[in-house]
Amino acid sequence: MVKNEKLKVVLARVVLFFVLFLMYLPILVLIVFSFTKSTELGTWTGFSLQLYKDLFENKSLMRAIGNTLLIALVSALVSTILGTLGAVGTFYTKKRAKKSIETMTQLPVVNAEIVMALSLAVLFKAVNASYTFLTLLVGHVVLTVAFVYLNVKPRLVKMDSSIYEAALDLGATPRVALFKIILPEILPGIFSGFLISITLSLDDFVITQYLKEPSFETISTYIQKIVVKHPIPAEVRALTTLLFLVVLGMVIAITIYNNKKANKQLSAMNAKMRGVIK
Amino acid sequence: MKFKRKYLSIPYVLFMVLFVVVPILFIVYYAFTNKGGQFSFTNFVKFFSDSTNVNVLLISFVYAILNTIICLLIGYPIAMILANKKYNKSYVVVLLFIMPMWINFIIRTSATRDVLNWIGLSTGANSGITTMIGLVYNYLPFVILPLYSTMLKMDKSQIEASHDLGANSFQTFFKVIIPMTMPGIVSAATMVFMPTLSSYVISDILSEYNVVLFGSYIDLYFNQSDWNFGSFMALIMLMLIGISVFLTRKFSKDETGGRTSLW
Amino acid sequence: MAKENETILQLINVNKEFDGSVVVDNFNLDVKKGEFVTFLGPSGCGKTTTLRMIAGLEMPTSGQILLNGKDIAQLPPHKRPLNTVFQRYALFPHLDVYDNIAFGLKLKRIPYEYTDKNGNKKEKLRKYTREEIDAKISKALKIVDLEGFEMRDVATLSGGQQQRVAIARAIVNEPEILLLDEPLGALDLKMRKEMQLELKEMHKKLGITFIYVTHDQEEALTMSDRIVVIEDGIIQQIGTPMDIYNEPSNAFVADFIGESNIYVGTMIDKLKVHFLGANWDCIDDFPLNEKVDVVVRPEDIIIKKPNEGKVKAKIVNKIFKGIHFQFTAMVGNNEVLIQSTVDHPVGEEISLSIDPDLIQIMHREYTTNIYNDAYIDKNNNVVFAGATWEVDVCQLVEGSSLDEKGYLITKEGKKYDLSDLDVIATVEMKDIDISDNLEEGNITGKIIQMVWIGDHYQLVVRTEDEEDFVLETEYTWNELDTVSVIIKKENIKLKLKADLADYEI
Repeated sequence: MVKNEKLKVVLARVVLFFVLFLMYLPILVLIVFSFTKSTELGTWTGFSLQLYKDLFENKSLMRAIGNTLLIALVSALVSTILGTLGAVGTFYTKKRAKKSIETMTQLPVVNAEIVMALSLAVLFKAVNASYTFLTLLVGHVVLTVAFVYLNVKPRLVKMDSSIYEAALDLGATPRVALFKIILPEILPGIFSGFLISITLSLDDFVITQYLKEPSFETISTYIQKIVVKHPIPAEVRALTTLLFLVVLGMVIAITIYNNKKANKQLSAMNAKMRGVIK
Repeated sequence: MKFKRKYLSIPYVLFMVLFVVVPILFIVYYAFTNKGGQFSFTNFVKFFSDSTNVNVLLISFVYAILNTIICLLIGYPIAMILANKKYNKSYVVVLLFIMPMWINFIIRTSATRDVLNWIGLSTGANSGITTMIGLVYNYLPFVILPLYSTMLKMDKSQIEASHDLGANSFQTFFKVIIPMTMPGIVSAATMVFMPTLSSYVISDILSEYNVVLFGSYIDLYFNQSDWNFGSFMALIMLMLIGISVFLTRKFSKDETGGRTSLW
Repeated sequence: MAKENETILQLINVNKEFDGSVVVDNFNLDVKKGEFVTFLGPSGCGKTTTLRMIAGLEMPTSGQILLNGKDIAQLPPHKRPLNTVFQRYALFPHLDVYDNIAFGLKLKRIPYEYTDKNGNKKEKLRKYTREEIDAKISKALKIVDLEGFEMRDVATLSGGQQQRVAIARAIVNEPEILLLDEPLGALDLKMRKEMQLELKEMHKKLGITFIYVTHDQEEALTMSDRIVVIEDGIIQQIGTPMDIYNEPSNAFVADFIGESNIYVGTMIDKLKVHFLGANWDCIDDFPLNEKVDVVVRPEDIIIKKPNEGKVKAKIVNKIFKGIHFQFTAMVGNNEVLIQSTVDHPVGEEISLSIDPDLIQIMHREYTTNIYNDAYIDKNNNVVFAGATWEVDVCQLVEGSSLDEKGYLITKEGKKYDLSDLDVIATVEMKDIDISDNLEEGNITGKIIQMVWIGDHYQLVVRTEDEEDFVLETEYTWNELDTVSVIIKKENIKLKLKADLADYEI
């Protein structure tokens, strides 16, 4: 019986790591072959960092990376402000208006990206707007703002509603109470909304493709244009390695943060216990 | 004007109305007008009278259904293993399954294609298979996450109760575990089904344009500047989404579909 | 200590409506400086709303709230020199104990005089210095007995400690009035008793005015200088704990405060009242033959040997309560609650007597249900209190009958179409039935009040449209139950309001 259990554990782990291996295989292949000079995937011509050098010398790709980061940061910032204001304001709105705002918030969440992109393109065409950074920004904010809203809202729901009143009672103006009391309470929600916005925007292709200025390229559009006819450019392998490292770093950071939080909760519990004993 | 907290939502509401609601109204307007801007059912007739259009929609459905089933078949046991304390105690492994979502989607998809071609599975000759692989590869993380979170919330004592009442592992799985994780299954399915239907980059890259999904098809007409017909098809897409949302709501109450619980 | 009899707070005709329903109805109250005033009433009676209007967290629909003679009714809360201790403390979870208490101090600006370069004395506003804040906080923490807790995270504190921080956070601002909204509600019984005494002590030490909201009558009696009993948005009685206990102004107050026996009585002579099947001397003067409510406290009833007292009784139940026994005795069909330190066996035949000055006589608030704006509909049913009721319309004219078309035919042969005829409908309290089958009656409502009167309950059922049915029943219901109201056809009495001649056809 015990042996059986052990076997089960081993088997389960084998399955997990086999699927993980398959999922990462394409990326791992790119990473491995980023350390050789050959431009053809699968041909190893000895260790070299040439592709990394190529990457940093590829001006248009570097510009695309810069553009991707720019639009991600700006749109995440705008979404975070808009979405947070929206969630806080709506939280204090009467039932019926609240319901319509919440329904509206669901639209971009459930909608297909291509429909969102097209509908915005149709709108911009109708008002004869030419595509600029601003239209792209609108597209990315549409894509992400609802997620900020949905991350902030549960924090507001969980919050003790009388702490705002307590702040007013202690002499704070509504604005001070909002900044000093409500904001710190919902900050974790705002933060995770911001991070989700960044990831969605970084990864986006469809909306960007439709709403960008023709000369403006992001990583997605730049690579897509090439890969429809050719294999992945060799220097993108190097980029993949770097991206992978960044993501891995994030995973490690999240793990450390979660452990810290768990530890903090643990020590808070210990303190409580001590209080009881005392 | 006296400050009220509810006024804070004004910019958000204005933005959403202007850039979410109004554009959808535009789609509806374009769908039911002809090129001259007059009200007409031309697009409606055009869509349903040409079997190519309907075929594209049907083929997309087949791919979407297959993709959903395969993702669930792979994702369900994985989520079960991940959620079971006996096999996995660390959240890091869960993160590893989600991590591919954070690496650029175009790079991921084209890397899959290049590797498939490298190992001899030509995307030109085996378009159907390679497209399926690409779809599964892309959507698997979206299935694992909602399933994993429903299974974490599952009350273990109900499984024990089932065993206690004489059910074997097989019966317990089909009569207790599957029904109890139904909300997770439904939300996982919606995260795969509709996006597959409307996707176009994956099939374009992985089939060298041999497989045309509905998303690609809409994109095609817009690129040919037939905005009215494109809008009509976008409207069909919207209605399908509406139906799927309605069906999902009947099964589960998670309004975000699990997508926001990434962090 | 504050000067005697100086009024600090005045509420004048304060009303508050939420979506059309009146929550606080014409509230008038003067609070003296340094007083400990308690708003006492069941949940949902409007006491918390009144407190929130004083704090500025709600604005009254109409009326004035004067603080030191100045109307503050429309002033936002941060401009009022009052502070509140909230029901569930409302501590700021992201701040530690120090920063929670310092919150108000850091926002405060205090005037100070300085001399400018021309030698003129001028006044400016400044913040408290760090040292001043430190000193005030450690003083406040000392008052609430939490010295040394400055750096603690509020989440690590027990309920009682959080409560103390909440009090410290309010009093550190030296408010003119401290408002406390059921501050002890979340604590366990032992802790609550302890805090009651400490709060009372604090009130003495600080010398500021306390306005305290609670639904716990014992808490109110223990702590207050004055109690305001509120029910359904209306002040029922204002008085010292002794007044309220010994001389409740109506059956509701008597029932709500402490244990009491309430009976329906009749004045049979000057200073003589009939209840429990006997005639009793009393000291309250009411008109002859008037129906009255009679209240007697259980500890005011004296158990005597059979034939020595006024009425015969039999003990049917006994509970030992520590310092006394509580007996239930039956006098005929009426239950009598008696407290005594002397033990008697269950089943013993006794007799009871009561001192005349311990018999409290009050006006009966409700005697019968009268609906002044009733009317007859085209099916010869009567409409009142938001529902349609079957009724015998022939009672309007003696000897009349209805023809097959539904017209009223009198003895004289005159014909009337009664539809839209305005009438006054009356229903006796005993003639109204209620049912928990909501389909059974004509309209549903909530039981908003329930008082035990000797051998039956007196209930008030309120419909969604704020129409009341007052009824008597022997059955036990729960407050806030939703029930449907049933009135038998023959029990609705109609009186003409308009001239019937206008309806002749």
